[in-house]
Amino acid sequence: MKIGVITFPGTLDDRDAQRAIRLAGGTPVPLWHADQDLKKVDAVVLPGGFSYGDYLRCGAIAAQAPATKEVIKLAGQGLPVLGICNGFQVLVESHLLPGGLIRNEHQHFVCRDQKLRVENNTTAWTNLFEKDEEILIPLKNGEGGYIAEPETLKMLEGENRIAFRYLETNPNGSMNDIAGLTNERGNVVGLMPHPEHAVEPGFGPDTPVAMRSGVDGLRFFASVLQQVVNA
Amino acid sequence: MPKIIVEIMPKQDLLDPQGKAVANALHRAGNKEISAVRIGKRIELHFDREITEADLDEAKAQAANFLSNDVIEDVVAVTKED
Repeated sequence: MKIGVITFPGTLDDRDAQRAIRLAGGTPVPLWHADQDLKKVDAVVLPGGFSYGDYLRCGAIAAQAPATKEVIKLAGQGLPVLGICNGFQVLVESHLLPGGLIRNEHQHFVCRDQKLRVENNTTAWTNLFEKDEEILIPLKNGEGGYIAEPETLKMLEGENRIAFRYLETNPNGSMNDIAGLTNERGNVVGLMPHPEHAVEPGFGPDTPVAMRSGVDGLRFFASVLQQVVNA
Repeated sequence: MPKIIVEIMPKQDLLDPQGKAVANALHRAGNKEISAVRIGKRIELHFDREITEADLDEAKAQAANFLSNDVIEDVVAVTKED
């Protein structure tokens, strides 16, 4: 099972995403932004970082990259795509997901272990979660405030397109506490928190059980592996 | 040099922290009459030849689709300058 991870100039978390895929039982395939060839992967991860130094707008230039153009095309045919943090911004700038992401309401970069509620467990990347399950995923962003027109928000709420919501605290001023979205088909998911940083005991977020024991992020990658096997 | 100038502003109802900080500094410098500051972008597209109507149309399309994001910004003007 091959899952591609695209590296743009300024990407940070591509190696972490590759490692998460390996720990979940998949084979990570490094992909390069300038290369249109996606090497016949079964799914794609757009990792976190600061592609193109956040020039113009976060994710805007990466959305124009040859590899992204191919992702947009194949996502329309059902290819599972996960956008993490900057990858979420790329998905929004690519119009694969609606709305926009702006500077955090409080104007500060935020880095914390964030509690989320899984609102939609029927997507390619969330099918191993329980509906309304509460999970703990590290979050680190400066421009993570989700905004959208009122009609768009209404549509997202009505069609169960909000994949994750922030719980207990809204870390960046996102409308409706939105932490992540899915497209109508459920193959494209984008979120600000970083599931690839919660995949191995000893290196994840602190939980009531033990320090650094949180591995809730692993099921994002295990979900898509299961989805691809069943497809 | 012939160029097309694209001007982009953050939407009116969005907080513009940069503009707010500059406004505060202007107030401190004694410019009490300035009620607000908003900061946008000016993007210049340079050409080594004369600009055609088709160039301008393409620039308008790129301004709307790529140079700005209509969720958070407005394209205020796309103009030609010789």
